[in-house]
Amino acid sequence: MSVTELVDGVLSGNRRYLARLISLIENEDRLAQDALIQLYKHTGKAYVIGVTGPPGSGKSSLVTKLTAEFRKRSKTIGVVCVDPSSPFTGGALLGDRIRMQEHSLDDEVFVRSMGTRGHLGGLSRAASDTVRVIDAFGKDIIFVETVGTGQSEVEVIEIAHTVIVTDVPGSGDDIQAIKAGIMEIAAIFVVNKSDYPGADKKVAEINTMLDLDPRERAWRPPVLLTNSRTGDGIAELADKLQEHLKYLKDSGMLEQKGLQRSREELQSIMKYKLTQELSQKLQGKPEYEKAIRMIAARKKDPYTVAEQLIAEFLFSEIR
Amino acid sequence: MSSSKKIRVLVAKPGLDGHDRGAKIVARALRDAGMEVIYTGLRQTPEMVVRAALDEGVHCIGLSILSGAHNALFPRIMELLKAEGVDDILVVGGGIIPEDDIPDLKKAGISEIFGPGTTLQEIVEYIQANVKL
Amino acid sequence: MDEKVTLPDAVKDWEDTEVKSTVARFPERQEHFKTVSGVPINRLYTPLDVEDVDYQRDLGFPGMYPFTRGVQPTGYRGRLWTMRQYSGFATASETNERFRFLLEQGQTGLSVAFDLPTQIGYDSDHELARGEVGKVGVAIDTLQDMELLFNGIPLDKVSTSMTINAPAAVLLAMYIAVGEKQGVSMDKLRGTIQNDILKEYAARGTYIFPPTPSMRLITDIFRFCSEKMPLFNTISISGYHIREAGSTAIQEVAFTLANGIAYVTSAIEVGLDVDSFASRLSFFFGSASEFFEEIAKFRAARRIWARIMRERFKANDDRSCMMRFHTQTAGYTLTAQQPDNNIVRVTLQALQAVLGGTQSLHTNSRDEALSLPTEQSVQIALRTQQIIAHETAVTDTLDPIAGSYFVESLTHNIEKKSLEYIEKIDAMGGATVAIENGFIQREIHNSAYDYQTSVDKKDRVVVGMNEYVVNEAQQFDYLRVNPQAEQEQIQRLKEVRSRRKDDEVKSALVALGNAAKGDTNLMPLILDAVRVYATLGEICSVLRDVFGEYKAPDIL
Repeated sequence: MSVTELVDGVLSGNRRYLARLISLIENEDRLAQDALIQLYKHTGKAYVIGVTGPPGSGKSSLVTKLTAEFRKRSKTIGVVCVDPSSPFTGGALLGDRIRMQEHSLDDEVFVRSMGTRGHLGGLSRAASDTVRVIDAFGKDIIFVETVGTGQSEVEVIEIAHTVIVTDVPGSGDDIQAIKAGIMEIAAIFVVNKSDYPGADKKVAEINTMLDLDPRERAWRPPVLLTNSRTGDGIAELADKLQEHLKYLKDSGMLEQKGLQRSREELQSIMKYKLTQELSQKLQGKPEYEKAIRMIAARKKDPYTVAEQLIAEFLFSEIR
Repeated sequence: MSSSKKIRVLVAKPGLDGHDRGAKIVARALRDAGMEVIYTGLRQTPEMVVRAALDEGVHCIGLSILSGAHNALFPRIMELLKAEGVDDILVVGGGIIPEDDIPDLKKAGISEIFGPGTTLQEIVEYIQANVKL
Repeated sequence: MDEKVTLPDAVKDWEDTEVKSTVARFPERQEHFKTVSGVPINRLYTPLDVEDVDYQRDLGFPGMYPFTRGVQPTGYRGRLWTMRQYSGFATASETNERFRFLLEQGQTGLSVAFDLPTQIGYDSDHELARGEVGKVGVAIDTLQDMELLFNGIPLDKVSTSMTINAPAAVLLAMYIAVGEKQGVSMDKLRGTIQNDILKEYAARGTYIFPPTPSMRLITDIFRFCSEKMPLFNTISISGYHIREAGSTAIQEVAFTLANGIAYVTSAIEVGLDVDSFASRLSFFFGSASEFFEEIAKFRAARRIWARIMRERFKANDDRSCMMRFHTQTAGYTLTAQQPDNNIVRVTLQALQAVLGGTQSLHTNSRDEALSLPTEQSVQIALRTQQIIAHETAVTDTLDPIAGSYFVESLTHNIEKKSLEYIEKIDAMGGATVAIENGFIQREIHNSAYDYQTSVDKKDRVVVGMNEYVVNEAQQFDYLRVNPQAEQEQIQRLKEVRSRRKDDEVKSALVALGNAAKGDTNLMPLILDAVRVYATLGEICSVLRDVFGEYKAPDIL
């Protein structure tokens, strides 16, 4: 398959090409980057919403209900569900689709499950590229769903314009397990399963926690109650999301975030390319292996050797 | 080929049968063998199975039916795949499937049927040996 | 030597001398022996292992609390268990023929298997019913199908068990309506509806509505039957499917009884007096391939339930504490290879159930790992029960295996371990919560995975499957469901729809929908709807609109 075919396929709305391209991204295939180069100018239109929270806090159900709500509002939807891969076998069980069944035949909804794998370029690279091609494909709103407990997941969630953190009543201090980085960027808190005992108490707890935050903010994250079974609170949440998007636009935050994202992305791509370049150059070089032995034997120090190797293998050409 | 390339498998329960003991065990065994497994849950129509397989970019579809509806549902799934122009997804099935039914299912495009008594290792190895990555 | 050696010393002495020297020369087959549930099995059991067991407190007498030794004072000396083969396939008239055959062969009760669309509340012409109509049971769309199903079978003469859960109220209503047409009033009807939705969420998968409205339907049935159908068992709280989904024996008991606790709790919460409904609760267990642990399981389950009812729910009536149960031999132990071997497996499993004091029994047919059973295979399965009943004399005394050090120790252990699980589930907020958060499903799945792994590794030998394998072709005929059944059924449904009075149907359905939004008992309204030939799918669809549908948690 050629790059042109892929790009044209995605831009013409053919979901087969979209699926194929995401696989190439996941496999870190060179073809994917070539396609992304051409698709880049078609991106930046979708509203990306991150959904994170402890296991069992109803993330998939919430995304399912929000999808239904936004479909009623004539929005098209993409969903990227990220689940952890086993660090031992590299395998993963991706079960989020189970809850998305009611949208499984809706042409305007595209759902993709991803394992965290051991991505060379980092999970955030693969996930954000996936979001990007779904954006180019033309979906209005893209949900990124992940358990917010690892560092790489913080990076994934940072690609979102708006981050929702979910929790359920009676879950003790589960929310403590969420990375501080995510708590800081959360725009909306949702207490799911509003019909469970302790729902109001949970809302109060989160509000107290937010009140303790000394930072001055123009957007104080609201804490909403929802029920994914009955649909209670879902329309309000959808309204709140649109309100947040408007706030981001009006306050200039959206533009600021865009710049910030571009800066980080450029840095991360450069870092990745440099690392990749260097490891390819060093691969199997006898002086590299020799230097390692010298360091281990305390005959040389790693600081000097690193500078020497970088100078010799990376910057020799650039110079 | 990149080092992060993984076999992706859709494990699906078409039809109304709620016996998912086998499907779940197989899903777990495939995961433990290093594959990415997308489990659909119960009550999938053939259309839902095919849509999920295509969107998720899987290399293999594993179907499980214990209700006897395989003769109606398996070939229907193959028809839909064919209509989408798909010929590179390996499709295998399992469940309570009488031997007499197997030739027709294979003719419809199901690569292998795993009956009662199949070991997990046999299924893993078959998929590893036969998927087109 | 005059001084008497104490038993602990004697046991130790035996281990140190006789056993040690033998093991040194001939090592045992395995280093450790344990039951399927993971309970270690000792080399030998002695009175030391039952020191905690107090005869009168823990065993007592048949027909008396805590019913460890059985619920009837005369056991099978009085009346044998009900031989009840689960059957049903294709259309109502074909199943009716099979029913009549079974009754002619000496079967004493009927047990109806419904097809999946019926169990999930879809009419035969629904999109999701495609390929499933009549496959695992009989298709029932309207009262007319039910009339055909029991054609020529007087409902005051048989007891009928119906494996129906989510739409149990609808099928019960149809059964009542057939009785009315035969001139048998509902207070004379005998039988059981499974009506156990919690195990559907946990293990079997034929659910429709979420837990809260499902529990409401169940308690509506409890109340209706306690007033109008005194001979009908309103629920069959089922461990069988939990076991088939892969649980151990201990988990089977624990999760089943936890479900039982949830039903009793909700019935009490809606204002029913425990003694008004508890005696109509019945249970259903599997009998798998582990001889002594299974017998112990039945005895332990009776004792635990009795204590739960008395101590936790303060039941005054002894009959409320009495666990009566149906047993089915374990389908998952059947092999597709060398299927005749299954006859032997089923024989042993049936014997376990009888020694465990079952009230009724289904014996699986040898060919059920391949398809629905043929008439000939069903006959062998039924004969197996008759041979145990009439030729082995195990029926001539009550609870004959009691007092075995091993069995009493196992019984005690199962009780202890099950109660630990039940406490854990209580702490979560009860069985409904433990199912909604996936705890019970995960526990079952983990056991299923362990079992499969042990079979794959041949740690567990399954004769003819992973050892003693022969090359074989499937050598006998199996039952093929009439491929025309689906079309015939859809045709009949269309005819019924065109003949009935649409305005009557419509008003019955509207009334039902309105009642579902409130809290009146739905049973009379469902009965009104089936009498005017509203279809099962129409009734369930009205309820779906009000109640919503259940979504399974992701447990993998």
